[in-house]
Amino acid sequence: MKTCLIVDDSRVIRMVARKILEDLGFDVTEAENGQIALDMCQKSLPDGILLDWVMPVMDGMEFLKRLRALPNGSATKVVFCTTETDVGRIREAIANGADEYIMKPFDSEIVQSKFMQVGLI
Amino acid sequence: MRIENFELLSTLLKQRSGLVLTKDKAYLLETRLMPVARKYNLANLDQICDAVRTRQDSAMIADITDVMMSCGTHFFRDKKPFDLFSTKVLPRLRAARADTKKIRLWCAACSSGQEPYSLAMLIKEAQETLGGWQIEILATDLSEGILAKAKAGIYSQFEVQRGLPIRMLIKYFRQNGDKWHMDSGIRSMVDFKPFNLLEHPRALGQFDVILCRNVLTYFDQPTKAKTLSHMSDVLAKDGILYLGLSETVRGVSEEFKPVPDMRGLYQHADADL
Repeated sequence: MKTCLIVDDSRVIRMVARKILEDLGFDVTEAENGQIALDMCQKSLPDGILLDWVMPVMDGMEFLKRLRALPNGSATKVVFCTTETDVGRIREAIANGADEYIMKPFDSEIVQSKFMQVGLI
Repeated sequence: MRIENFELLSTLLKQRSGLVLTKDKAYLLETRLMPVARKYNLANLDQICDAVRTRQDSAMIADITDVMMSCGTHFFRDKKPFDLFSTKVLPRLRAARADTKKIRLWCAACSSGQEPYSLAMLIKEAQETLGGWQIEILATDLSEGILAKAKAGIYSQFEVQRGLPIRMLIKYFRQNGDKWHMDSGIRSMVDFKPFNLLEHPRALGQFDVILCRNVLTYFDQPTKAKTLSHMSDVLAKDGILYLGLSETVRGVSEEFKPVPDMRGLYQHADADL
């Protein structure tokens, strides 16, 4: 079973995303900010990460940069999932190693489509 | 709704579009036709049927057909058939048409345009190997309303996130508020025209690839067979027919057979691609 880490400071978003990803067959873990997610990734890298951008303590972009610097940190597929919809922000995310990008609000079809794009489904 | 009215509407739809509406799908009439009723200041479906009988209003009948035929689509639907287009179909055509450098593609029920634009983007991505080639994409649909949306090439945030890789979104679309506008260069690669699949397509010319995905499923067996026979007539001898992944020619047409190891792709029964 493939693993996916949801990183989002909203409990409601994590709950909705967990339901979608579990229905898609993923073993899901959660983190409420980038620092907690980074600690988890240092112990064990998931196959995929659904990543919010704006979060307290450590935001999604800072987390992504640090994840990619970890040994084998480039192997994990990262799908940003954020209210940041400006093209400039999307380009910035891709330049820093994001594999795909979801603009909130999202639904199960969009999540499935994006995880298919990055080869996790 | 009165039973005679269900029969009136199902006959109308079958005659105009080939759509077979069984009684278990009668709920679709309620959900889809009420906006049409409101548009024409009618209170319910029975009044729509009375109006169809008495007025023979062609605009209203066209609206009824449009809303009943409309179905959801998205960019690169099912992904794999489009991967095959880039990796197998297009390279094969490039070799087979090296003398004429001309390829014709037909999206036979293009709905709001995502399918032909997906092809256009793939062709654009392959342009380095297609310099000097003339590639025509014809996209047809019964509904002129949906064709107008397709031609405009303007999509919601939800629509551009279904199937479209993010790198293609930022490369081929321009953001305007919460709408995304298809690049004019891609739009100009597609020629949109109204066409009813119940008619013979000979006037459209011959094609190297025909996409008729997730359409036949709405037709009865004789209409499916007739449509496939028409497509056989206008598909090049070494051409490829794309059907939906849940559709098949088995038991419907002997004019096509599956392309081995390429799900959803069909060739002429006497071809050997």
